[in-house]
Amino acid sequence: MEIIIVGCGKVGRTLAEQLSNEKHNIVIVDLNEKKIQDTAEDMDIMALHGNASSINTLMEAGIETADLLIAVTGSDELNLLCCLIAKKVSACHTIARVRNPVYSKEIGFIKRSLGLSMIINPEHAAAIEISRILRFPSAIKIDTFAKGRVELMKFKIKPEFKLNNMSVTEFGERYKNLILIGAVERGDQVSIPSGSFVLKDNDIVSVIASPVNSALFFNKIGIHTHQVKSTMIVGGGTLSYYLAKILLTMNIRVLIVESDEARCEHLSELLPGATIIHGDGTDKNLLLEEGLTRVESFVTLTNLDEENILLALFAKKITNAKLVSKVNRIAFDDIIEGLDIGSVVYPKYITADYILQYVRAMQNSIGSNVETLYQILDNKAEALEFSIRDDCPFLNTPLADLNIRENLLVACINRNGKILIPRGQDSIQSGDTVIIVTTIKGLNDIRDILKK
Amino acid sequence: MNYSIICYIIGWILNFEALFMTLPCLTALIYQEHSGWSFFLTAMFCLLLGIPLVQKKPKNKIFYTKEGFVTVALSWIILSIMGSLPFLLGGAISNPIDALFETVSGFTTTGASILSEVESLPRCMLMWRSFTHWIGGMGVLVFLLCLLPLTGGGGYHMNLMKAESPGPSVTKLVPQVQSTAKILYSIYLFLTVLEIIFLLLGGIPIFDALTTAFGTAGTGGFGIKNDSITSYSPYIQYVVTVFMILFGVNFSAYFLIFIRKFGQLFHLEEVRWYFIIILASTGIIAFNIRDLYPTLEETVRHSAFQVASIITTTGFGTTDFDLWPELSRTILVILMFIGACAGSTGGGMKISRFIILLKTVKKELHTYLHPRSVRKIQMDGKVIEHGVVRSTNVYLITYVMIFVFSILLVSLNNHDLITNFTAVAATLNNIGPGLNLVGPTQNFSIFSGGAKLILIFDMLAGRLELFPLLLLFVRETWRKF
Repeated sequence: MEIIIVGCGKVGRTLAEQLSNEKHNIVIVDLNEKKIQDTAEDMDIMALHGNASSINTLMEAGIETADLLIAVTGSDELNLLCCLIAKKVSACHTIARVRNPVYSKEIGFIKRSLGLSMIINPEHAAAIEISRILRFPSAIKIDTFAKGRVELMKFKIKPEFKLNNMSVTEFGERYKNLILIGAVERGDQVSIPSGSFVLKDNDIVSVIASPVNSALFFNKIGIHTHQVKSTMIVGGGTLSYYLAKILLTMNIRVLIVESDEARCEHLSELLPGATIIHGDGTDKNLLLEEGLTRVESFVTLTNLDEENILLALFAKKITNAKLVSKVNRIAFDDIIEGLDIGSVVYPKYITADYILQYVRAMQNSIGSNVETLYQILDNKAEALEFSIRDDCPFLNTPLADLNIRENLLVACINRNGKILIPRGQDSIQSGDTVIIVTTIKGLNDIRDILKK
Repeated sequence: MNYSIICYIIGWILNFEALFMTLPCLTALIYQEHSGWSFFLTAMFCLLLGIPLVQKKPKNKIFYTKEGFVTVALSWIILSIMGSLPFLLGGAISNPIDALFETVSGFTTTGASILSEVESLPRCMLMWRSFTHWIGGMGVLVFLLCLLPLTGGGGYHMNLMKAESPGPSVTKLVPQVQSTAKILYSIYLFLTVLEIIFLLLGGIPIFDALTTAFGTAGTGGFGIKNDSITSYSPYIQYVVTVFMILFGVNFSAYFLIFIRKFGQLFHLEEVRWYFIIILASTGIIAFNIRDLYPTLEETVRHSAFQVASIITTTGFGTTDFDLWPELSRTILVILMFIGACAGSTGGGMKISRFIILLKTVKKELHTYLHPRSVRKIQMDGKVIEHGVVRSTNVYLITYVMIFVFSILLVSLNNHDLITNFTAVAATLNNIGPGLNLVGPTQNFSIFSGGAKLILIFDMLAGRLELFPLLLLFVRETWRKF
């Protein structure tokens, strides 16, 4: 596809990198000449210097023939304007990043009246992601497929789970094939395990199951699956606001520590149900006084990555609370991962993920069948959801007879809302949606799962 | 909530209560009274509970405002329950609620009694009643702070002090809380001893001197005679008047005298107003009651004594002021609410709160004239922080609400409004006698058990300045997070 990306920030670059790897033609537009040059040198894309809200620049970028315009500059208004202008001269799809909470309430109206295909709010998306983690604190990360009927959950094997030295086949037998191990991370190594793969303590395992079955499974191995009852949030930014709002509707008690008094007052107006504390979130005594040792989850959402990580490390030392930290900078994710501070949320990744999902789905209408796509395990693997049409060549063939590629797993079949964890004798049928977990990138069609 | 440290402190409170009970035990020994056993048994019981609690020093010594308030409220409740046991064991009071009322009335320095006749009580009981005033006057946790390095410092002591000391804001006299507590108790002890000496010079028995001094020092008001101070000589009445007024002064004033900063002394607005109010009220009442007493001296003496007794919330009496004209009675009721200075042993709303409230009104009027004006409220030449002004306003509102609600509940007993109104005023302000059925010559035995419990709550709420006690009823206090 021909894709124009406006804005060459972190999100813009991540998107450009991903999409160009998937063989799309990318034109990236930004006002900052230096950034544009750097990007052009790093990636196989076209970089254009100019103001994307000007029709001339857009023409130069090839808006008339483009399939998609993604506006991810720092300014909401500029993003919306770009999309509006693009829509006037072209039939392309448009995606805008809009983060101001004022607009977020009117998102439906804006989307409709400006003819946008998608509006992405990074903070809101991150808030939803965090709330999902807090709903199920034992997991490091949770993604959903098939409209929430299937969950992909990442958790770490601890000695008390008694899963050490168990092979994947044994695991399957013990848990009656209700649950499937989709991927295993051991150190830097990511594998899509076959039946003979042996689990070890400290492996980070991604499992796929329906929400009910996953809850059963976690109960069996002895992890409590109740959602947290209380949360302490450090930093009172937009993300905190969205998160608190979601948590309060889930009946979770929320305490927010924010250092700016005016912001505190504003938050207390917006969130009457939350306790707002005016104070420095890095003040150890303040956190202790407010009950850090007793809280069930601790979310650090300040603007400084270092502060978030430091606070999470401190909390890890003194409490068993579920820890969630926001990290803006994505460059050091491997180091942060090594610190073992619970869940780390990268709003930039989430934004890029959402947009990529849309691009894949859009391609679906052109040729690919990807419904949903998740970058999992630090982008080392993907979980894809395909919908199966009548033209699939291997309908009704048992999976055992198919010559499926290595490092690829048919993880789940959703047949009319019923979730199947497929075994050898199961087959894919028309109308199913199928979830594939793989380390191979760029699958576009269900046919791609076969060896060529 | 750090329960281990709360238990630890309560353990010490019990041990100290046992210690306090040695005084009535000694009294019983001297006067050969059998009921002394009840004190000995209660003291042993306190130790039995207290010693195991203090065996294990809590590892976690962290102690926040929340813990401070809860500890103080619980300590006072436990202190009162334990303190009421000797009355029951000794058979002086048969009803547990009555015994509790009497003890709470003692510790909170109220001085309201349910006994119509006290002279027949054993002397050890009388001594205990008066001594509870002395303990409650300056506060038992402040006493604890003097002697124990409780929480390993770190400013945590202040949270206890804040909860127990009366007044809109607590000022430390010296940098360390423990030293502040020691200075306060030294002043307290010094003034008490001074009063005992003056009373002894008046030729009354040492037992009378001790109990009267304890009652005055704590601004309590339990007498050992049915007619309170009436039957003592005018000299004794003058001494008590002067010392009641002295114990109603903010103790930091004495500290300023002690460190010879007389200049600052005259800046204390609260103390200035305290004396102005006393002088004005005495003058007006003396004029109002001039026909009731034969001589001018007697008129002024009764007038001054009653004014001092009510404004410091002591509650001693030399005459039945319920028989005075309406103006005088009304002035006394108003004085009940004003109360003594902050940082004294007296109760009531405290003069400093009224000063702040009046200045807020003045500021508000000023804002009408100059809508854009910026003006800070000042007292003693220092700016009063907005937080203090706000909490004073909230205090007033909470006070009124508790007051109204208590009257409503007490009215179930079907007594007249003046009785109910002054009974609640006299307990919530820790005074003692009210008007009509609870007047100076009457007592609180007319109320039912339920009404007494309400009044017990009022006494504790008044002494602890409402919020520590109310905090016990907030669910969030007890929640884990």
